[in-house]
Amino acid sequence: MALVNTTKGEMDDSLLEKKEGFVDNDDEYTTWVEYWLDGELVHRSVHVQLKKSVVLSAATASFE
Amino acid sequence: MANTQAMCTSFMSELMTATHNFTTGTGNSFKAALYLASATVNASTTAYSSTGEVTGTNYSAGGVSVTNGTSPLSTNSSATAGVAYWTPTASITYTNVTLSTAFDAVLIYNSSASNKAVSVHTFGSQTVTAGTFTLTMPSNTTSTALLRLATT
Repeated sequence: MALVNTTKGEMDDSLLEKKEGFVDNDDEYTTWVEYWLDGELVHRSVHVQLKKSVVLSAATASFE
Repeated sequence: MANTQAMCTSFMSELMTATHNFTTGTGNSFKAALYLASATVNASTTAYSSTGEVTGTNYSAGGVSVTNGTSPLSTNSSATAGVAYWTPTASITYTNVTLSTAFDAVLIYNSSASNKAVSVHTFGSQTVTAGTFTLTMPSNTTSTALLRLATT
């Protein structure tokens, strides 16, 4: 048993329905977990792993 | 409208005027603010603005501090090319928040320099309910760092 922070305060996870999912593409690896109580979403956390940099391409001019 | 991942164009010119200092400990402070999927932050963004920023329980306008435990690094790959790079040294975390309207971008900005914008990073649209939103950084390498300045 574990306590989960919810919109109704901390609740024992055994009382809740748990749903999990993920997205994996070129930009990110994202996981999420939801807890539902009687059809109501009471907790949703998300973890995003960023995969892409932003890149500045620098250049110097030539006198040739 | 939409958010677009980019290095902010104003940031690039500000690098040439020594506006930003990423030195660990003695440098500037940087923050990370979240933006609604309906907002417009992109390469044209010049500074943090609350317009289009998420609002919700336990989220403070302006976002959270970015941990800078490693100063920028640089490596030469040839006589004419190299890369400088920097990545925050800890995940960016928004704890016990409720963000009910979909968001899909984070703006990194310099809170020591008039909140001037650094970069925009996008991800799949999300909401959070009485939970934690965590952005884990890529590895701080020449090919994967969050910010890279490269010559080829």
